[in-house]
Amino acid sequence: MGEHHHHGPAKGLTRWLFTTNHKDIGTMYLWFSFAMFILGGSFAMIIRAELFQPGLQLVEPEFFNQMTTLHGLVMVFGAIMPSFVGLANWLIPMMIGAPDMALPRMNNWSFWILPPAFLLLASTLFMEGGAPAAGWTFYAPLSTTYAGPSVTYFIFAIHVLGLSSIMGSINIIATVMNLRAPGMTYMKMPLFVWTWLITAFLLVAVMPVLAGCVTMMLMDVHFGTSFFSAAGGGDPVLFQHIFWFFGHPEVYIIILPAFGVVSQIIPAFSRKPLFGYDSMVYATASIAFLSFIVWAHHMYTVGLPVAGELFFMYATMLIAVPTGVKVFNWVTTMWRGSLSFETPMLFCIGFLILFTIGGFTGLMLAIAPADFQYHDTYFVVAHFHYVMVAGAVFSMSAAIYFWLPKWCGRMYNETMGKTHFWISFVGFNLAFFPQHFVGLAGMPRRIPDYALQFTDFNMMSTVGAFIYGLSQILFLYNVIATIVAGKKVSDPKVWDGAEGLEWTVATPAPYHTFETPPKIDPAHAHS
Amino acid sequence: MIYYNMETRKMSFEAKRLLKLATCSVLMLMSAVALAYGPEGSQVNMDPGVTEVGENIFNLHMVILIICTVIGVAVFGVMFYSIIYHRKSKGAVASHFHESTKVEIAWTVVPFFILIGMAVPATSSLLAVYNTDDAELDILVTGFQWKWKYEYIDENGQNVSFFSNLRTPQSEIRNSEPKGEHYLLEVDEPVVIPVDTKVRFLITANDVIHSWWVPELAVKRDAIPGFINEAWTKVHTVGVYRGQCAELCGKDHGFMPIVVNVVSKDEYATWLSGKQAEAAAVKELMAQTFTLDQLMERGADVYARSCLACHGAKGEGGVGTALAGSAIATGDIAKHLDIGINGVPGTAMQAFGGQLNDVEMAAVITYQRNAFGNNMGDMIQPIDVYNHKKG
Repeated sequence: MGEHHHHGPAKGLTRWLFTTNHKDIGTMYLWFSFAMFILGGSFAMIIRAELFQPGLQLVEPEFFNQMTTLHGLVMVFGAIMPSFVGLANWLIPMMIGAPDMALPRMNNWSFWILPPAFLLLASTLFMEGGAPAAGWTFYAPLSTTYAGPSVTYFIFAIHVLGLSSIMGSINIIATVMNLRAPGMTYMKMPLFVWTWLITAFLLVAVMPVLAGCVTMMLMDVHFGTSFFSAAGGGDPVLFQHIFWFFGHPEVYIIILPAFGVVSQIIPAFSRKPLFGYDSMVYATASIAFLSFIVWAHHMYTVGLPVAGELFFMYATMLIAVPTGVKVFNWVTTMWRGSLSFETPMLFCIGFLILFTIGGFTGLMLAIAPADFQYHDTYFVVAHFHYVMVAGAVFSMSAAIYFWLPKWCGRMYNETMGKTHFWISFVGFNLAFFPQHFVGLAGMPRRIPDYALQFTDFNMMSTVGAFIYGLSQILFLYNVIATIVAGKKVSDPKVWDGAEGLEWTVATPAPYHTFETPPKIDPAHAHS
Repeated sequence: MIYYNMETRKMSFEAKRLLKLATCSVLMLMSAVALAYGPEGSQVNMDPGVTEVGENIFNLHMVILIICTVIGVAVFGVMFYSIIYHRKSKGAVASHFHESTKVEIAWTVVPFFILIGMAVPATSSLLAVYNTDDAELDILVTGFQWKWKYEYIDENGQNVSFFSNLRTPQSEIRNSEPKGEHYLLEVDEPVVIPVDTKVRFLITANDVIHSWWVPELAVKRDAIPGFINEAWTKVHTVGVYRGQCAELCGKDHGFMPIVVNVVSKDEYATWLSGKQAEAAAVKELMAQTFTLDQLMERGADVYARSCLACHGAKGEGGVGTALAGSAIATGDIAKHLDIGINGVPGTAMQAFGGQLNDVEMAAVITYQRNAFGNNMGDMIQPIDVYNHKKG
């Protein structure tokens, strides 16, 4: 009983295997997601290398399709989503003054079922017939009756990682609702906590839909049902409705926490409170609500009735309003601030510019008749990489640079960080900006070979993709070098402009924080 | 000495800042140049195409692009103003304002009205796309893994139908020969339609989902097995227009192009009657009995078109099994024919019964049994194929 207080982490492997500590679990999530980011990235490099010039050079079309499929699945489910769960684990308890997550044992479980799920998914590459090859959207019947035997393993992997997501989000909801320090009312919570709370509700609502979707696939493949086959009274388009009912909220599941990160970092380096906190919360909630009623804008060409088409077009266009509010708020936060441009801020500004461009192309894609030309072309590929990579991944890079000194008590190398940013920024734009052009010029997505007029821009794109990919090695080096031998920092407030409870605990953050709830200064409405 | 150092350090900060600004401007300039010209010969924008609908869509696209660009320039302008003038290193002191109800209401309401401005022309364009009434010609388009079938529906029952396969040879795809001008966008038999005529496409698929897309016609519709979608076009300029399948449909998704040959109404009439005569001739052929040599000659053509990509030029196999000396091609002839007609479920071997006519099927099976060193000496006649299909 004497050892009850202030015990540190256990030693050895079991520390990680049995840990219920939110910081340990957050760390594991972050490392795992980075490993998946490298894996998914190497699939992308294979895709880009093959597309460097017309003709089939490096891989066969079947394998190319497996690469596009796995790239998407690994990046969405393995890299981006777990990285933000890791961030939530580290930060939410520290931001709301809680000692840990509300359900620590489930927290351990929700992380540890992820690696087996992805091992299973990756192992399909070595199975007869190869990995799933129907795209990350795996439309039936290509993914069911026309798929190879590995689809069964893929379905099981999706079930398991869906389970992980659901448990993770229940944990976040329970933590935010129950463990806020006295005085930390909802409208005082940092925006990152708000965006994650809303994201967690989205996850709980739609992951079961995905589970249902893949279960129907399983039934079609093995038990002779015809959910997605017209020959047996089903409908292939039903698959798309179900998938996108999950899939569109999924897009916001990925981007909302990124909004949260940016809303923490821009005020810190503007040395000025976030502009329009209340409207940020309402805008996030509106986006979440709208995400449930726009799914068929991914399906404008399937032959929906015109009334349905109009409904989904109008609803989708509406999303521009709350998204615009967010962008305006961030820019106004910077307005008449006292700005400095450390690496996290550079990544946030990069986010702001590129995400806004992705938002514009999103608005263009919302226009149903124009989408008849954009749909399933590289214009779409460019669009979603502007929001997924320059949106989610850039904000994640910003977050790591911003909070890493707090986590490990060491400062990263600023020059190297800035170099990482500039190489990423140039590489990213070189990779994806030309894809708008080839898309508009008529290049379909998911093709291993292309007509000659698309050659120049594809070459540029490949060069850019490799530059972007290589810059991540620099990032990895910088992070490891910081953890091992970075310059020590001990000021609780690592950044002079940073606000929030996580900056009131010691640096590096002790293994246990807020074992007794902190006092919330009523004057400090929110960070 | 110290002062001097500080001075140079300050200089180098300035230099760095300038460098960054220069990088940004170069990037933007690059995009602008690319937008205006692109690398030589590369198209960078949507093509208005050769239909009224296409032109409408193009205008809609440009209007929204311009609105977005203007908003973007304004937002980024404000942001860059802050970045340049409100920096801490310039001694900027942060204000502490953090809300303004008026401003926030304004930038919620104004975008809403801009969106309404976009929605009005978008709605009318969409209604036009959906108006398939009063078509003068109906063509049934069926997507197959990995080719298109066109069927001209005729009131008098004289339907004309044919498959349209990729014509680019494997040697060009595999880089052993230089690539031709229309690499991957050329077919053995294009779909032919008359100019200034409202043509309705009834689009469906035989296996998985495909999508029939010709950018210059501004038509993109998913081809869904078990359902028929409608789309239409009315082309005002004679010419050849090329497109591709737009929905991932498996291995050769990138290799099932679409070529639409738009001709004058007279030319179309001549072409159609030619095709109808051809169809009648094939019908007659079906009743004939062929010699082994005749079948071999026809079979070689069919093989090159439909089998070679998977089974190899010498029957050596590839994606498909080898035919040279195979148990099937040198075994029971009825079983061989059955595989040709019905395919092998769960493999890449498709059912060719609906794709080849009975003469072609008879010829190619005969060919496979008597080529590549297979020397069976037996043959299949069109009537055998007909009987096999009937069961």
